[in-house]
Parts: sequence; structure tokens; C-alpha cells
Amino acid sequence: MDDALLDKLGILADAAKYDASCASSGAKRRTGGPDGIGSTTGAGICHAYTPDGRCVSLLKILLTNYCLFDCAYCINRRSSNVRRARFSVDEVVQLTLGFYKRNCIEGLFLSSGIIRSPDYTMEQLMLVARTLRRDHGFAGYIHLKTIPEASPWLIEQAGLWADRLSINLELASDRSLKEFAPEKDGGAIKAVMGQVGERILEAKEEKRRFSPAGQSTQMIVGADASTDLSVLETSDTLYRRYGLRRVYYSAFSPIPEASSALPAKPPPLQRENRLYQADWLLRYYGFTVEEIAAGGEGGMLDLGIDPKLAWALKNRERFPVDVNSADREMLLRVPGLGARAVDKIVEARRHTTLRLEDVARLSSGLKRARAFLIAADHHPGGLTDRADLRQRLVAPPKQLSLF
Amino acid sequence: MYRVDLKDGADLAGFRRALRGLVALDVEPDEVNWSGGNAPSLFGDAALLPVDAPPVPLPRPVGALIESVVCHRDPERYALLHRLVRRVVRGERGILDHHADPLVHRLALLDKAVRRDLHKMHAFLRFHEVRDPASSEGPGAERYVAWFEPDHFIVEATAPFFVERFESLVWSILTPVGSLHWDRRSLTVGPAALRPEGLDRDDRFAEGWQRYYESTFNPARVNPTAMRAEMPRKYWANLPEAAAIPAMIRSAPARVQAMIEAEAAAPRRRNPDKAVAAMARQEPATLAELNRIIRGADPLVPGATQAVLGEGPEGAAIAIVGEQPGDQEDVEGRPFVGPAGQLLSRALEEAGIERSAAYLTNAVKHFKFVARGKRRLHQSPTAGEVKHYRWWLMKELSFVRPRLVVTLGATAALALTGRSVSVLRERGPMGFGQTGLGDWDGFVTVHPSYLLRLPAGEAAEQAYRDFVADLRRAREMVEGAG
Ligand code: SF4
Repeated sequence: MDDALLDKLGILADAAKYDASCASSGAKRRTGGPDGIGSTTGAGICHAYTPDGRCVSLLKILLTNYCLFDCAYCINRRSSNVRRARFSVDEVVQLTLGFYKRNCIEGLFLSSGIIRSPDYTMEQLMLVARTLRRDHGFAGYIHLKTIPEASPWLIEQAGLWADRLSINLELASDRSLKEFAPEKDGGAIKAVMGQVGERILEAKEEKRRFSPAGQSTQMIVGADASTDLSVLETSDTLYRRYGLRRVYYSAFSPIPEASSALPAKPPPLQRENRLYQADWLLRYYGFTVEEIAAGGEGGMLDLGIDPKLAWALKNRERFPVDVNSADREMLLRVPGLGARAVDKIVEARRHTTLRLEDVARLSSGLKRARAFLIAADHHPGGLTDRADLRQRLVAPPKQLSLF
Repeated sequence: MYRVDLKDGADLAGFRRALRGLVALDVEPDEVNWSGGNAPSLFGDAALLPVDAPPVPLPRPVGALIESVVCHRDPERYALLHRLVRRVVRGERGILDHHADPLVHRLALLDKAVRRDLHKMHAFLRFHEVRDPASSEGPGAERYVAWFEPDHFIVEATAPFFVERFESLVWSILTPVGSLHWDRRSLTVGPAALRPEGLDRDDRFAEGWQRYYESTFNPARVNPTAMRAEMPRKYWANLPEAAAIPAMIRSAPARVQAMIEAEAAAPRRRNPDKAVAAMARQEPATLAELNRIIRGADPLVPGATQAVLGEGPEGAAIAIVGEQPGDQEDVEGRPFVGPAGQLLSRALEEAGIERSAAYLTNAVKHFKFVARGKRRLHQSPTAGEVKHYRWWLMKELSFVRPRLVVTLGATAALALTGRSVSVLRERGPMGFGQTGLGDWDGFVTVHPSYLLRLPAGEAAEQAYRDFVADLRRAREMVEGAG
């Protein structure tokens, strides 16, 4: 690796870092064998964490940060003054293999600014994946960002080699998309999502390989006026209609070379966090968007407490529930009890009648749960209905500290 | 009192042997003195265990738990496992579901700690490339060495992961509690090692990795507590990138402040029309350009040596669309040259259509087959596969601009109409206008390979005559329209 390549790596990693959707999970188990290199384990591994607490799993870079487009929230937009660079296909392949052999990464997450034309760009991305797989027997993870404006056949080709394809929706509403990303077309993005979703289904039925780990997307939060309710409604549609595997939320972050179209302010990290929690409730805890939104005010989630607790506090008539007899669905709604803890409770109570100390061994969230739970030796009594329950459960609000 | 001597570290074999004896004699857990390594016995002479007791049948999850927990550093681990096994053999076979039981809970914590340690070793171990002049693979061959300090005795337990992932590389993993060496064929487990000096001295990828790590960090989101929860300080010493952490944290607030205070940059003037024009330009402009794309693309069906492109003049009055190339077409790279193609040629001639004046192509551009011995057996494309190729077919027809598209067989009809068509029932003229991509008159008929499959006889001859009659009608339609 010479200095020029090192320099490009710095620029093109910096340019890619605002994309949050980079998990390496969901691929089928696979190994490269004696002639190839690598394996996927299904679960994905974080090989490092950066001081922002984010997991480093894939080599997340752009092929180039030159771009014809001009999306206001994006550091690579045509009108920004950032330094530009461009990798060749082979350079990306060599970087991926080099870091992979040193056990730094699970694979590659490759995106790109749009150069020459969407088709040209998509083809370059596809070539990287194909070279890794076909010429080097690379069995690690490959996630390609799909260029929505590219021809469908290229997306077909990319899907042959990648574990995951994704398209960033970026903004929850078509109106915001028009305002901040004038050349992008929300309809085109959703059409490609539909196409990819359909292909994944077909491939499953025909037992073929096409983006086996599914598709995901990212929405930027806090750049436009969308409420949490509308963001979650969009996610819900994406999960249901387009069969997406994951929706990522990314708090809009001030960027160097910011556009005057967007206010520069610290990213709303707490809001992003609450959206992830709400998304979780949507996918694994049987909550609906309306229920989650009802926990907050005016379509925005309560920033002070997590959305499950917010819902419980507004629906106290449904509590307390008996840990020894309540069904799984209701236990999942108890603040402080995670899905794993609930499964253990359901198993353990077949053997014994659970007391509070037993629950403590099964769940680390008992402090919050006890106001909502009945156990063999415990009844919260009037605690569930106390007006100051919220204050008792919430630690005094702390600013997200920097250190 | 019984005394069991086990090797240092995770002595799974020794524990298993001892356990068999203890179960055979039905020994109480309090009656056993477990000592690791050469520790002198505190209890003087101890009773001996039988050496050849039979295996103890255990539920699979219990076996897995034992394998994990013996790797833990806790000196009590063997005694705890013995307690568990004793309860299992005495009838509590589902004991592990009893998550709230204190013994089960404690063992679950040990198990979790070992698993976490395994996971962290998979994650945080870093190989460094060393050029080894004396390598058995030849001087200067690629070789990788890693140094890692696990919390528990997990070195051997991590071997399957690293062997599977890096089977094609030569590597060594060194730790203070043992080492692993892989030469692309076999694994050698070696003794504890000392930390090697200057591992990353000449490895520019280590430098590259640090640059990457710094660049992928977003200072506006700095949150070292979250980082340390997942990547505690104790791992930093062996992570090349960790050297940069203090400076990254220190400079973050100032970097963010600078971004927020910076005047929004005055946009540099660039012409926005370029983007729009580029998007319009990207579509292939000619049939030759499209064909180059098709030829260079990977088959979307299994099999196929090459793409078989359409053949015939642009502007041909009639385009004939078949299903997919067959064995012979795949070899020659031309459409309709096999037995079905020859039959088609004959029928065209009888119908008064000059083959070289028509445009011949297939709905699917690659031969899909399964190999059965030396033979390659044709396989019908699925509806999904037909759809993948549809974009190409439509583009192709839009360049040829025929007056009439004749589809041979169900696959071609599906490709043009987007729905499944019963050819025998719907044969004859059909508008293909609803495709949205073209607006051709269409004509549905059978595929010549269908005729070849009919048993010889009057019915087959009639079917052939019907086919010729269809083609003749198609010709008349074109001539009538012209
Ligand atoms: S197209 Fe992508 S890279 Fe280009 S400006 Fe928009 S978001 Fe940024």
C-alpha cells in the first residue's frame, strides 16, 4: 500500500462513514475452502469499535466521492468542496483482501457517488464484487449499495455476487426528497426496492442465489421536518410491502462543507436511539406504529424514556401482569423485560413458581419491571398507578456526555 | 476423599475420564478434590477412580455446556460441572431449562463469559504479515502471525473458526496460554508463547487499517463509554488501530465545533444538466451496444458457455422469438441451428418467409441445462428467469422494430405478454401492446421442438401443417399491413 492509496483510503472512508447500514449478518454459512479465502458465520462479527461506539465490521468505503448529483444532506454532493478521490476496481479488491487476511473485517460494504452515469457506476460496483468472488474465491460478506437509477439488468448482475443489496431512502417523505435531493426520485427508489424484493422472493423459491441476506435501507433523521410517526410509518411499509430486512436510522450529522440549505447543529442522537428502540418493538414485540406513537406527543417519541416504558405508563390499566401466568405477548410488553428474558421466563416457570429473585437471575431489567409485575412473593400494589412512577423509574436526565 | 488431577487449562478429556469414574462410583461432589496441574494434594492420599468406566449419556445441551465451561479460568468449574452432571443422572434431565436455579444460573454465567471471550478473540485478533525467508512454502512466502491474550483457556476452541476462514493461508496464533500453527494442511497445537517483538513493523496494511479506523469515525457522535463496553481497554494493546483512540477522542469536540461554526460553504458552480444528460445517455444506443452488454453479462440461469444473441437485419418485418438456445446453439453461439432450428427453417421456407430476412432471437439468452453424464439436458426457464431477461428482449425488439413479433411456444409468449399463455388455445394474432415497452402486433404459435417431440404419425404431420399455416398467416398479416 503506497502513500497515494493510503490517502485515497482516508478520503473514501471518510466519505462513506455517514451510512449506518453496515451489519454483516444474515448471510448463509459459506467458506472459501483451500483455494479461496474467508467464511461467513451468519451472525457477523464486529472487529473493532470506533470512539463513537459504532461497530466496525465491514470495510465501508466509496468507490469514488465524485458525484453528479446534488443532495443537500450529503458531503459528496456535486456542489461541495471536499477533496475527491477515486479507487480502481482492483484497488478495492486488494484492500478488501489485505484487510480480510489480517482479520480486520468481515467483508466489504461498497457504495459510490454517481460518475459518468448510473449504469457505469453500478457496473463498477458489480465488477468489484464479481472479481472478489470469481477471481479470488472470496467467501466473506459483500454488501453493495444499489444505484436506483441504474438499469435493471445491472441490478440483477450485482445480486448474483452480493450478500446484500441496499438502496438508501434517506428521507422519509417524497416531498423532502424533492427539496433536498432534487435529482432523486422517490418513486424510482421504491420501484427498485420493489424489484429487488421480488427478485429475492423468486430466488428463494427457485433456490437460487440473489442477495441472500436481503435488502436494507437508511433514513436520515433530523434533516427535514418529518415526525417520528411518519418515519416509523415509512419503515412499517418498507418491512411489510417491500420485505426489507433492516431499516437504519441515521441522525443527521453536521458535515464539513455543509450546505446552506441545512442548519448545522449536533446530531439528534437520542432521537435516533429512540427510533431504533421503536423499530425493535415493531419487528419483535408485536407493537403497531400507532401504539408506539401514542406513547409520545404529537407524533414524536418521548426522548426521556424508552418507547416501551412510555407505552406502559399510558396504558397502566393493563398492568401489573403475573410473571407466572401471563402469556408471552403480554410479558413482551413489560418494560425492562427483553425477548430473551421472556423466553427464559416461559421455560423456567414450567419447572417452578417464579419469585422476584428468580426473575432477577433471568433479566437485568428488573428494576424497571417490578412496578409492572406480579411474582409469587411480590405485588407492586399501588406502585403501578402512582403519579410519580415515571420520575421513580427514570434516572435524572443526563445530557449525553461527551466523555 | 477422591482426588482428580487435571492438566492446566481446559482439560476436557481428563474431565470426561474423571467424570465417568465419579458417576460409576456415584461419588458425592463434596467428596472430590479437583486439582489442576501439579498442585500438591492437601488431603494426603486419595482414593483412586476406575480408569475404564463407561461413558455417561448426557442431553446434548449439557454436553455443550461442559465443553464451554471447562475453558473458564474459575478453579471451581470442574466441581460445579460435576454437581450439574450428578443432578442430571439422578433424573433432572431438563435441568438447563431451569434458568432460575442458582447452579444453572452460575454455570450459565461461566458459559457466557467463555463465549464472549471466544467471540472477542475471533473479533479482535489481528494477523500481521511476516516474510519468512525459511518458509517451507519457499522463501518470502506469505505468512501471518498474531498475538492475543484471551481471558480464558479458549485457544484450541477458537481453532475451527480460524482454520475455516483462513484455510488457504499459512499462519500462527501465539498466546500466553498456548499457540496454534496452520500450514494449509494441518493444525499443530503448541505451548504458551512470549509476545513477539515488532510484529507490525513492516506491514503497511496495519498502517492502512489505522487510517481507515480514524477516517470512519464520526466525531459528532463521540461516545467512548459505548466503545469501551464492547471493546474494553484490555484489548487495546494488541489492536494496531487503538493507538489512535486517545487523540481521536480529544480532538472530537473541537472538530465538531468547527463544523458547526463554519460558514456554510458557498457552493462551487457546476452545471446540473450534466447529471440529467448522463442518465439519458446511459441506455445502449444501438443494437450492437446492447449485444455487447448481453455478451459481457453473467448468465442468469445455471449452465451456459456463452450468450446466444439475436440474428437478422434491423428493420426486419418479422421477428421470431423462441424460448432459449439449446445444446448446439450454445456451442455455436447462433440461434436456431439445432434440430428445432432446422425444422423451423423448413417451415419458414414452405410458408414463403425468407429466413435471412427475419430477425430470430430467444426470450432467454443462455442455455439452461443439467449435466447428466456427458449429455446436457435442456431445462425450461422459470417465470422468474424469463422476467430477468425481459429487459434485454424488449430493448432488442425496440432496435429491430419489426412489424410483427411471432412467439414460438409458451416461454416466448410469457416473455412478450408478461402472463402465462396457453399456446394451443390462444394461438393466432395477439396484440403485445400491453407490455409497456413496445407496441408490436404479435402472433402466438407453437415451438418447433414441440413438433419434434410428437410421436411420428398422422397427428404429427397435421401439427406440422398447422405450424406452417400459422407462419403463412403471419406473413400475410405483414404483407397486408405493408
Ligand atoms: S447521489 Fe449519493 S453520493 Fe451523490 S450527492 Fe446524492 S447521496 Fe451523495
